[in-house]
Amino acid sequence: MDLLNAVVALSNFVLVPAIAYGSQLALGALGVTLIYGILRFSNFAHGDTMAFGTMVTILFTWALQAWGVSFGPLPTALLALPFGIAACMALLLATDRVVYRFYREQKAKPVILVIVSIGVMFIMNGLVRFIIGPGDQRFADGERFIISARDFKEMTGLDEGLAIKTTQGITVVTAVIVVALLFWFLNRTRTGKSMRAYSDNEDLALLSGINPDRVVMVTWLIVAALATVAGVLYGLDKSFKPFTYFQLLLPVFASAIVGGLGSPLGAIAGGFIIAFSEVMITYAWKKVLGYTLPESLEPEGLVQLLSTDYKFAVSFVILLIVLLFRPTGLFRGKAV
Amino acid sequence: MSETMRNTALFALVAGLIVLTGLFQSWNTALLIVNMGLISAIMSLGVNLQWGFAGLFNVGVMGFVALGGLATVLVSMPPVGEAWAAGGLRVLAGLATGAAVIVAVVLARRTLSEGKARAAVTLVLLVGGFFVYRAVFDPGVEAVEAVNPAGTGYLGGLGLPVLLAWPVGGLLAAGAAWIIGKAALGLRSDYLAIATLGIAEIILAVLKNEDWLSRGVKNVNGLPRPVPYEVDLQNDPGFVETVQGLGLDPVTASSMAIKLGYAGLFAVVLGLILLAAQLALNSPWGRMMRAIRDNETAAEAMGKNVTRRHLQVFILGSAVCGIAGAMMTTLDGQLIPTSYQPLRFTFLIWVMVIVGGSGNNFGAVLGGFLIWFLWVQVEPMGLWLMQTVTAPLAEGSALKEHLLDSAAHMRLLTMGLILLLVLRFSPRGLIPEK
Repeated sequence: MDLLNAVVALSNFVLVPAIAYGSQLALGALGVTLIYGILRFSNFAHGDTMAFGTMVTILFTWALQAWGVSFGPLPTALLALPFGIAACMALLLATDRVVYRFYREQKAKPVILVIVSIGVMFIMNGLVRFIIGPGDQRFADGERFIISARDFKEMTGLDEGLAIKTTQGITVVTAVIVVALLFWFLNRTRTGKSMRAYSDNEDLALLSGINPDRVVMVTWLIVAALATVAGVLYGLDKSFKPFTYFQLLLPVFASAIVGGLGSPLGAIAGGFIIAFSEVMITYAWKKVLGYTLPESLEPEGLVQLLSTDYKFAVSFVILLIVLLFRPTGLFRGKAV
Repeated sequence: MSETMRNTALFALVAGLIVLTGLFQSWNTALLIVNMGLISAIMSLGVNLQWGFAGLFNVGVMGFVALGGLATVLVSMPPVGEAWAAGGLRVLAGLATGAAVIVAVVLARRTLSEGKARAAVTLVLLVGGFFVYRAVFDPGVEAVEAVNPAGTGYLGGLGLPVLLAWPVGGLLAAGAAWIIGKAALGLRSDYLAIATLGIAEIILAVLKNEDWLSRGVKNVNGLPRPVPYEVDLQNDPGFVETVQGLGLDPVTASSMAIKLGYAGLFAVVLGLILLAAQLALNSPWGRMMRAIRDNETAAEAMGKNVTRRHLQVFILGSAVCGIAGAMMTTLDGQLIPTSYQPLRFTFLIWVMVIVGGSGNNFGAVLGGFLIWFLWVQVEPMGLWLMQTVTAPLAEGSALKEHLLDSAAHMRLLTMGLILLLVLRFSPRGLIPEK
């Protein structure tokens, strides 16, 4: 019984939140990795791209709510999501046309493009703060829990409860669908194959008649969709605040690099590695250990390895370890 | 127009903008801009050393600036005797234990040959060491933080003159840069960028959470000043007589005199660092740095130790940022860890360097003043613009209120726009590298 309680407590506080957070990071990291693979630079504006897509989704959610539209037990934001994606696509295509294309044609060094993306980051960040303000926004509605801790306790008779929030369920389901679609697209369709070819060897791809403009355009469209979905899921699960989204840049990049920049599979693995380490190292293990260890060994303190404020340190240390021992990441990313 | 004339004109233009601020707003605001402009110029000199000379992409400036701020607290605040008695030695012993563990790991990795045994020893040392460190460290911290948490709750500083904190801030930042550089400098440029971004967040997390060190989010107020207090000047009959002789109000005059005092101190530091940077740029060392930046492989083939040189310049540049950070905290008179934002303290400095002209020290200084001026002035300008734009809208309309409220965020938009425009149309900056 104690062991079962320990498993439930572990699932409740570690596994479920980490899986949800990992899915969000993986979607964010996929966007970073696609840009790196095809456009060949690290996009510092990615966090703010996520924020922009989420902001538009929130605005449409409010509009739908005002018109009395709802999605039953599911959050209204899911209905508004397509609008957010469309707006984000328009923004990214416009940015590419106005800003990035010039440098691509000049064949500028990747680091120049990184600095350019810092400029874009400033503008997007300003835009988001200008439109929705720098404050916290909660926009999740509908049913709060798939299963609440109390129901779970009543159902099973255990001391520990397992709560699964609707947003966590939605996150995982959506992430699975999106990732499946993405891999189907990259591996099975003509456009997806041409994108991979372009990423592997640009010159060879150009020789075989692949249209680079089309590849770049499709990349931005996919990135916009991924970023918006990731941002909205994160916002539903936690809350939306422009500065938090900017800070997401670090774990998202850590995920992409740990997995190997340019490798989509690596981005997903990296996302989960970072999420699980963050949650496990900042979790107070007292409860779980109390159930599993014999009474004499029961810990006195919280057994929390690091306080939650150090979660950035966790992604950073993992990033550093991977870079020192396997510089191209776990899945052999590319280097420009 | 010759180059010197053009550059002098650019500096004159920025000086003119600040004088205009004095004439139309107030001389107080103008002096504030000058003071922060001087500090910004030093920070951008530091970044220019790394990026302009050596092509290192450091986006962790905020961390080094914050370390400089920490140095101000550690050097100038009076020590808290009670806290030291309660657990000061224990905290130090804990830190020493942590350091010993790391040294032991490094030694073990050096002596043992590669293989499973080495990995196992490393892991055991790290995990075991971590728990030993926490066992020594945690009770000390608790004891220190329990001493009058509302007033002190930290160990305090050394009670030394605050000016000493400036070089110490540089040293602290240099030490951190050495550790980071050892670990991350072999990596590619984008990896270094992410690593420095991460380290800055970690330094900030330490400042916010380690209450025994810096009081965390409770902030440290009332740092000693290198210049007299306004009140003392106002009570000084000699001072009052002099300013009244000049036809000035003693209260305004005292506040301006203090700001001028700071400006003088900052200008001396900026002058020294600019001189050193200028000498370095034109020395054989500077030529070597640029050679490494332009073609690492060729420089390596010529027998230059690229990694060592990178480490060297990374440490120097970070130290300059640390000095500037200590100066800024001295000017503020308080350390507020939550006020450090990456957009303001990392990326804005980058805008200064790029706009001013990377690789040119005078460009970095110009960029520092110009961008800081704009950062301060865009807000009122944005508000004015919004008032003009929204003038036709009805009073009390929601859109009008929203636009007026949001005018403050115009700053970020403007900075991004300036950066992109400069990168596009004048990629070498206002004062290009020679």
